Amino acid sequence: MNQTAAEPEVGIGATRTDRVRDAAYRIRANALTQGEVQGQGYIGQALGIADVLAALYADHLNLRPEDPEWEDRDRFLLSIGHYAIALYAALAEAGVIPVEELSTYATDDSRLPMSGMSTYTPGMEVSGGSLGHGLGVAVGIALGLRRKDNPAHVYNLLSDGELSEGSTWEAVQACAHHGLDNVIAIVDMNRQVADGPAQEVMGTEPADEKFRVNGWHVLRVDGNDVDAVLTALDELRSHRGSPKALICDTVMGKGIPMLESREKLHFMRVAEDEWQIARDQLKEGHEA
Amino acid sequence: MSSTTAKRLTSDAMIASIADAGARTVQAPLGHALLRAAREDPRVVGLSADLAKYTDMHVFRDAMPDRFYQMGMAEQVMMGTAAGLAQEGFVPFASTYSVFATRRAYDFLCLDIAEPELNVNVVAALPGLTTGYGPSHQATEDIALLRGIPGMTIVDPCDSVDIEQAVPQLIAHEGPTYTRILRGAVPTVLDEYDYEFRLGRAARLRDGEDVLLVSSGLMTERALRVAANLEKDRVDVAVLHVPTIKPLDVETVLAEVGRDRRVFVLENHSVVGGLFESVASALVQRGVHRQVTPIGLPDAFLDAGALPTLHDRYGVSVERIGARVRDSL
Repeated sequence: MNQTAAEPEVGIGATRTDRVRDAAYRIRANALTQGEVQGQGYIGQALGIADVLAALYADHLNLRPEDPEWEDRDRFLLSIGHYAIALYAALAEAGVIPVEELSTYATDDSRLPMSGMSTYTPGMEVSGGSLGHGLGVAVGIALGLRRKDNPAHVYNLLSDGELSEGSTWEAVQACAHHGLDNVIAIVDMNRQVADGPAQEVMGTEPADEKFRVNGWHVLRVDGNDVDAVLTALDELRSHRGSPKALICDTVMGKGIPMLESREKLHFMRVAEDEWQIARDQLKEGHEA
Repeated sequence: MSSTTAKRLTSDAMIASIADAGARTVQAPLGHALLRAAREDPRVVGLSADLAKYTDMHVFRDAMPDRFYQMGMAEQVMMGTAAGLAQEGFVPFASTYSVFATRRAYDFLCLDIAEPELNVNVVAALPGLTTGYGPSHQATEDIALLRGIPGMTIVDPCDSVDIEQAVPQLIAHEGPTYTRILRGAVPTVLDEYDYEFRLGRAARLRDGEDVLLVSSGLMTERALRVAANLEKDRVDVAVLHVPTIKPLDVETVLAEVGRDRRVFVLENHSVVGGLFESVASALVQRGVHRQVTPIGLPDAFLDAGALPTLHDRYGVSVERIGARVRDSL
């Protein structure tokens, strides 16, 4: 995050890692707020990807929260529309949308629909939801930035499930063919798709190797290790000459033991009396 | 059986023009019009999914290689890329065949381009029955598919004049467009009429008291020939050219169809979901009770073969249309 971003609520001298961890904690708390509005939802995915989004929105991306369409911003494309709950949590943390607005999540006339759409929400670059679209649009944005000599980067967060879509691989090839070293694809390998465990539904591994043979520069990290994610993002950003991918192995429900150990489901159920337990466990884990 | 076997016609090569022998033509009008426009407007860029040479996009590609993006045989990412370029302020023209732009890339055309109302212009060759390659290449339902996309402008030009005049208007139009282009040696027809292409508007090319032919695309050229032929039989035929299928110029169409004449709608498209049904829908909604007869391609997967054979077989040749109109009188 550039200098114009709001200062995170931590003491002077806190390390970069501490700041991002604190942001990740607040993003998870923001996600719980939204999940509780609905009583259910894609909370497992939001908790799993929170550390990556914290690294991006509290540190790595070049953004002006008060001006989401600033020409020099890094473009962050969410093609997995159902992860909107996580991105809204991060946009609130970054100051793009007010934290109070999170309680309108997926309610009538809200700017925060269940599946993320560019026409509804500030800071949302594309309408996701129909999977396998984001990386293709990223190709066009990256080419457009290059035409304008704009040094911004294009980030696309996609899921391991999206690696099943043929259009994703059309875009993977196009990025390499056009030498788009301003593209960073981030793949959330949470090993869960709608019908069950990802590798049982359709094998997409070895994901890193598949990007690599297509001419990409690839790093694979534990996506819940803030240090590892930050280091990898820095390295990828400075790499030149080819498109770049960060494959993130994440744990659904991360940060809340009750949900981490629950049977992994695409659409996780949380009982009414469990939201407070979830908040308590999240707080305990963060303070530990 | 006759003692000599008639020589069978062969399927035209993919590069073949739709122009009849001896017709006045212009070479690659889309490519040249795009090039002229791009020299004026730095936002214009071109894309193709490995069919630049067969959509007349090669003219633009060769003259402005740094503004052309080759996307390979990958129509989905071509649409996504065009959307991304438009988001960054460029005005992309994305070219491929009609079948691939519509059937194959529909979700991308719909969600990446149309839903955010981006100024992306899809230019698609081989519309309707303009190739003898069979259903894999014959886009007989492209208009039906795209009419269902909110905000999508659909253009079906008749000739080189329509194409040349349409290009600057497609650029100026802030929203997605789909144009069924004719490529190669494209007939020049409309310059003999007091005609000007206006996006969203229909144009009466000739008046007549007995019959009205409402047509779009290459069928307008046929409608004019049918009208000229029937004039010799003292049948007075009017022709209304409707180059923009969506949004339909309802006022002009209803004013013409509402007059007391036999009405036919001619289209190089399936009789399902194209110009005929657009006109019929407008009539019903306005309470205009008039019999209108479609002359288009049947609701079927069409045969492979030579185009003249197929146009005759499916009733869209000048001779078959003329006979159909004459028989109705």
